[in-house]
Amino acid sequence: MNDQSNLRSPLGRVRGLGSAKDGTHHWWAQRLTALALIPLTIWFVGAVVSLIGADHAAVAAWIASPVVAGLLILLIVATFYHAALGLQVVIEDYVHGEGAKIALLLFVKALTIVLSLSAVLSVLTLLFTRA
Amino acid sequence: MISSNRPLSPHLQVYRPQITSTLSILHRLTGIALAAGTLLLTYWLVAAASGPEAFATAQGLIGSFIGRLLLFGWSIALFYHLCNGIRHLVWDAGYGFEIEAATRSGWMVVGASVVLTLATWALGYAMMGGA
Ligand code: HEM
Repeated sequence: MNDQSNLRSPLGRVRGLGSAKDGTHHWWAQRLTALALIPLTIWFVGAVVSLIGADHAAVAAWIASPVVAGLLILLIVATFYHAALGLQVVIEDYVHGEGAKIALLLFVKALTIVLSLSAVLSVLTLLFTRA
Repeated sequence: MISSNRPLSPHLQVYRPQITSTLSILHRLTGIALAAGTLLLTYWLVAAASGPEAFATAQGLIGSFIGRLLLFGWSIALFYHLCNGIRHLVWDAGYGFEIEAATRSGWMVVGASVVLTLATWALGYAMMGGA
């Protein structure tokens, strides 16, 4: 790499955390959640297909088994974490007004927290009321 | 700072679409579509936790024509994003950057997503006894 193509200041190079002061954490978390989602989504799609035609009792009993409930919670957490990180990048790429960008980022964070909590609590409700 | 070595982004209005660039934007679009799909996932789990009536309403909505159309869209988005996500992770590990390799893996991803989606739906309809 020659000097001209190096955009980092000497201080930035020493700290190694870039302008967001966050280093590679966002990138790495996006990859780890992606890796976790490969088996989790394949399992979930297979499970949903095998549940086609099942009534409420059967679906509730399926969710209420500890292994299924655990995998569902992992799926929910990985999905919403991955989606929040991904949507953040999309917003940062396309929304340039500082106020609108921050508002949208906060909205997406809040929405993913509310949705993921509702989903996890639904699984736990079924787990603890059906045992 | 003016440097001839700095990378240029493609100017989209004059950029000829190629398999690589098209699949790249499709990864982003399917990611956004899947993020919207988490609303359905959450609704389904909350309905299951709320009892047989709420669950029957949810199943009715999902099983309707529009519901199935949305599910079909989400399933192909998921399979595409999953396969292309694996392609991304292989790149992140440092492999497959040559133009011919990226073109070949791109077409493999397209083929795999279509086959997986159709196989899943064929299996689903077979589960319902062809209904
Ligand atoms: C099924 C397994 C999945 C894998 C292997 C996967 C993989 C990836 C990878 C590697 C990236 C980064 C792409 C890049 O650097 O441009 C990414 C981005 C993204 N993913 Fe996923 N993903 C998966 C599932 C999901 C799900 C379920 C959602 C939504 C709920 C989702 C939403 C997103 C979004 C919004 C982005 C950002 C797109 C962008 O920046 O262009 N992904 N995914």
